[in-house]
Amino acid sequence: MNRVVITGIGVYSCLGSNISEVEHSLKNGISGIGIDPERKEHGFRSALTGIVPTPELKPFLNRRQRVGLAPQGEYAYMATKEAMEMSKMDLDFFEKNEVGILYGNDSSAKPVIDATDALRAKKDTTLIGSGSIFQSMNSTVTMNLATILKLKGINMTISAACASGSHSIGMGYFLLKHGMQERIICGGAQEVSYHSMGSFDGLSTFSIREDDPTKASRPFDKSRDGLIPSGGASTVIIETLESAQRRGAPILGEILGYGFSSNGDHISHPNVEGPVRSLKMALKESGLRASDIQYINAHATSTPAGDLSEGKAILETFGNDGPFVSSTKSMTGHEMWMAGASEVAYSLIMMQNGFMAPNINLVEPDDELKRLNIIADTRYQDFDIFLSNSFGFGGTNSSLVIRKFKA
Amino acid sequence: MSTEEIVKTINGFLVEEFEVEESVIEPSANLKESLELDSLDYVDLVVEIESNFGFKVKPEDFSDIHTFQDFYDYVANKVGQN
Repeated sequence: MNRVVITGIGVYSCLGSNISEVEHSLKNGISGIGIDPERKEHGFRSALTGIVPTPELKPFLNRRQRVGLAPQGEYAYMATKEAMEMSKMDLDFFEKNEVGILYGNDSSAKPVIDATDALRAKKDTTLIGSGSIFQSMNSTVTMNLATILKLKGINMTISAACASGSHSIGMGYFLLKHGMQERIICGGAQEVSYHSMGSFDGLSTFSIREDDPTKASRPFDKSRDGLIPSGGASTVIIETLESAQRRGAPILGEILGYGFSSNGDHISHPNVEGPVRSLKMALKESGLRASDIQYINAHATSTPAGDLSEGKAILETFGNDGPFVSSTKSMTGHEMWMAGASEVAYSLIMMQNGFMAPNINLVEPDDELKRLNIIADTRYQDFDIFLSNSFGFGGTNSSLVIRKFKA
Repeated sequence: MSTEEIVKTINGFLVEEFEVEESVIEPSANLKESLELDSLDYVDLVVEIESNFGFKVKPEDFSDIHTFQDFYDYVANKVGQN
């Protein structure tokens, strides 16, 4: 069995357009949430969203390379570019070595809606344009990046709702561990335009604290009233230890365990048993004891039911005096398909820089969760091992255990 | 629309949308080679023509268009017909 390490990360999110900006936001508890006036015009219940700028790709990509990229693909390109630079990989390396891509993505609403609008207006399919099909498919991110980067390894999108990004890393980890690939670009991408959020808003799942956007996402806090949709992309390049050492690549961490489960229950309502099984599987795979985990980046999205269920699952698995816990979604909002990857990147940034990011806006946790060690303020402390949780609609769960690299 | 306006409009979207260097646009130059067009690009050319001149090109019409001048003449002829 191969050891599997992380050699590059990149983030393009509402906390910043690169690792340095994101580190600053995480350390200082700066929220990336704001208001999108277009949502009110379209009858949304909540106009709250993560504010993600549109990247300028003309300096990097030609027209044919850009035309098939949906917005989340543009974010993914930026995040991957940053991760490649960190990992010391370039197009020449991809030409000479087999590198795969497994990226999380679970929708591409805007191109589909734009195409339908064009078809209804023009009554002619050619006038939809050539890029639409490549932007509209669920595999839009992997088909575009694999083409732009000329990748020659596995090429596949992982769709598992809000656990997509986490499962992409987990599935990549298995392929590397069992020797089927040496290097895989993993990650998660999430569109953020109103087109993609209307049906979710319709479920009354979003916070409506529009009067103070940066205070709206409050995971684990008693007064939380729902999640805030957000997006962007994050890339996590993983490879076998042997490959990383042979190349002299920086090693940011080692993946020790991947746990997964399905609730076998309700399509949107969470339960406790499913996440517990995922957590215990990740721990068992890692060979660690529960007490070895020092930090948990929780899935907690700021919904009343979800945070309570996860908190109970953490307590059941780790008991009293468990690890420190925070949900970076308190700053980012819910990055959904991207979240499992970005939260691994966020946690790696923390582990490298000796701090644990705060769970901002936590005033008082639920009575049932008072035994959780939730970090309300930035904690400056070195740590070596963290666990990242991601759960999604349909009851899909994923947990990853990652440790600072030790030879 | 005058011939001059047609040429200006076509060159405008070729530069703006297709990122063609202005210096390669010569009436006698080969359109496909200058633009490095592939089959997908022709779809976007149809979209641009419809958007700027209001008529739909049949993809097979491109087989008779070789140079930039052929392209200008084709559009001028179609605009004149309308």
